[in-house]
Amino acid sequence: MFQETENTMSTPSSDVTANDVTDVLFRKFPNAIQPDEREGYSGIIVSPDHLVEVAQSIRDDLRHDLLTSLSYVDYIDEGYFEVVYHAYDTRKGGPAFNFKARVPRDEAVLPSLTGVWLSANLQEREAWDLMGIRFTGHPNLKRLLTWEGFEGHPLRKDWREPFYEEEKKPFKSRWPEGHAERAENRLPYGMNVQYPPEFTPDGWVPEGDAAIYEALGAPTTDSGISLHHIKTDQLIVNMGPQHPSTHGVFRMAVTLDGETITRLEPVVGYLHRNHEKIGERNTYLGNMPFTDRLDYICSMSNNLAYALTVEKMIGQEVPERAELLRILVLELTRIINHFWLIGFLLNDLGAFFTPALYMIMERELILDLFEALSGSRMMCNYMRFGGVAYDLPSYVGGPAVKPGDKARYLDTMQFIKDLVYDRLPKATDQIDTFLTQNEVLVSRCKGVGILPTDLAIACGMTGPVLRASGVAYDIRRSDPYSIYNELDFDVAVRYNGDTYDRYLIRLDEIRQSLRILEQIIPRLEATEGQEYWAGKRGHTIRVPKGEHYGHADNPKGELGFYIVSDGTANPYRYHIRAPSLINITALEAMCQGLKVADSVVILGSLDIVLGELDR
Amino acid sequence: MSARRLTANTMSHEVVSLNNPDYPVPEELRHNVAITTLDRIYNWSRSRSVWPMLFGLACCAIEMIAMAASRYDPARFGMEVMRPSPRQADLMIVAGTVTKKMVPQIVRLYNQMSEPRYVIAMGACASGGGPFKEGYTVVDGIDKFIPVDVYIPGCPPTPQALLQGFITLHEKIEGQSITTVPWYRKGESEPIPVPVLGPDLIDVRQTALIRDMASQVSDAPEAVID
Repeated sequence: MFQETENTMSTPSSDVTANDVTDVLFRKFPNAIQPDEREGYSGIIVSPDHLVEVAQSIRDDLRHDLLTSLSYVDYIDEGYFEVVYHAYDTRKGGPAFNFKARVPRDEAVLPSLTGVWLSANLQEREAWDLMGIRFTGHPNLKRLLTWEGFEGHPLRKDWREPFYEEEKKPFKSRWPEGHAERAENRLPYGMNVQYPPEFTPDGWVPEGDAAIYEALGAPTTDSGISLHHIKTDQLIVNMGPQHPSTHGVFRMAVTLDGETITRLEPVVGYLHRNHEKIGERNTYLGNMPFTDRLDYICSMSNNLAYALTVEKMIGQEVPERAELLRILVLELTRIINHFWLIGFLLNDLGAFFTPALYMIMERELILDLFEALSGSRMMCNYMRFGGVAYDLPSYVGGPAVKPGDKARYLDTMQFIKDLVYDRLPKATDQIDTFLTQNEVLVSRCKGVGILPTDLAIACGMTGPVLRASGVAYDIRRSDPYSIYNELDFDVAVRYNGDTYDRYLIRLDEIRQSLRILEQIIPRLEATEGQEYWAGKRGHTIRVPKGEHYGHADNPKGELGFYIVSDGTANPYRYHIRAPSLINITALEAMCQGLKVADSVVILGSLDIVLGELDR
Repeated sequence: MSARRLTANTMSHEVVSLNNPDYPVPEELRHNVAITTLDRIYNWSRSRSVWPMLFGLACCAIEMIAMAASRYDPARFGMEVMRPSPRQADLMIVAGTVTKKMVPQIVRLYNQMSEPRYVIAMGACASGGGPFKEGYTVVDGIDKFIPVDVYIPGCPPTPQALLQGFITLHEKIEGQSITTVPWYRKGESEPIPVPVLGPDLIDVRQTALIRDMASQVSDAPEAVID
């Protein structure tokens, strides 16, 4: 059930690529690659003509088989776009291998890497949508987050949004002695819209969903069943974006043959909130509360991934108590997330809301702690560069639970101990007792939505979904951050890759999280009163020039931040690698040949959250 | 922690009692007979069985689900029955950031709800764009398209704040009168035109304005209207 992983991996040095690794590539492609020698940068630059062969060699010869992140930067002064790829080795772990390709801004065409890694599929569509880089050979290069017909490519540095005020915050109209004016008053339309010059709405025909349906195949295609037998029509069905079972504003356009799914296309972007464009205007610390709203169930984990990235760039050390507090909230967040997932997976299976009520009950108790700790239940904004914002409070306030009950003031350490040693293990065992052998759950989940190991790696799946397909890849072990290398825990692995294993692995992970928390509590007591936030506590920090990709193992998968700094107080590029987005790459393959009702369950077991998926 | 009352035209704070004791009821019938006005019994029953639509957009939807769970228990307000179909729902809780890609669907859902219908803008984003207001695909408040009855501040509002919003809505409902409500007037109510996705979101009510602006391209960005 568990694969023991060695605890010997030393501190990560993800910015340095080992020479002997790149030597293979330099020998094989002497003319196609060169090292990236800019100050603060790492990796290699590949010429676009040889990109596909070099990528294949990185996958097969260097064994970096997991392409996690595809970022894209607009270097407007130098006149080119740069696409940055990060690949990892799922067997040995270790830091990323980072390679790049450049294209001129006025003729941005690159070969697609979808033939090498399927995980490039959605990310290349995103790069086309937001940056306008065309990928030749991509099977379905449509806009992803905006819609067909949208004007411009918003993440280009010369593209301006309707409410544009200035390049960088703080805006002069607000600080130091600002008088903010309603942005609506600056535009003739009184709301957040702009149109290209000489656009007239008369005769405008919206593109609509024709492109989506075209990709799914015309509904008149032969069904594959002989006409002499039962005749079934192919039918396109839309689920979402407001369907309650799609966990947010997610839409699946499904082609059905009878009730069997033949094609499935995820349609996303209904919650595209422009995190990246806003993030490039913000100061570094100003982005922290925005990260809360990525995966809004796990705000603490998002905070950490971002804090780790910036801390690495400015070389900030974190005191021990801060690390302990971080692990405390992180693992509690993981428990919240997995409880939530199990509750709503059962919802999707038809046990409407009763299991979820039990899960939400436990979540509320953890949120009481978060509220006492950070001031907010969900949007905690708790991490800072160099520590955390607050130390543990002396008491946790609980609401009255019975008529005539007074609000409770509970000792914080006692509250945490009750949760970790008593309440949460019992709740986990309760789930296990009532659900795991449940006939409906077993028959609907066992053998349904199988994700084979090789497909999972090719699709760039990360987190519990990848581990349920038999890959013991956990960033807490493979590229350790914080103090995870001092802690004793197992990487949970399951080998069947079906929905049932994806359910079981969540239970395994909850138990491992509790095991970690049990090691944290005595250390928290021993370090009481120590420093919890080192470094400068100002609102602005300056980050040295350079790039960095920081990542953490979030409950949903690998959350990564690719940040490029130009030495000022605002990030030049702020790219988020969202696990939810990349984890839906395999959705079609998992659903093909199954019934509509199964697709809902499979989606539920993938655990997506739309705030992060659409950003 | 609690949301303040934001609607202007709600009734005053007096508790609306169903039974109106001004009318003499014989002593022996007091416990069996209630004399009231049609408005009061109609509003009393409506306000205690508002069915919200089961539909969430973003972070606020998580707090909405938490509100629907056992600790906050909306069944106390007769509101625990969340209907996924707009045809069966009385109340749309716009819980989260409204994007330009999503707003045509929201307007369509609103048009599909049968009257009387109410809208709660839950959280900063639905009320006015919130932290994402400056974003290029974010609608700066759902009230640009559909009428909103109660605004709840917060990012996200706590479940308590949402309950406070419900209480405010109940007060509003109890202040309405059959003789003046729009849905008993003659004729059909006009549906709200569904916006169109063009180069940017096109509110079809602004078509003439967009055409005008296109003809005077040169000074378009500086133009200001009061």
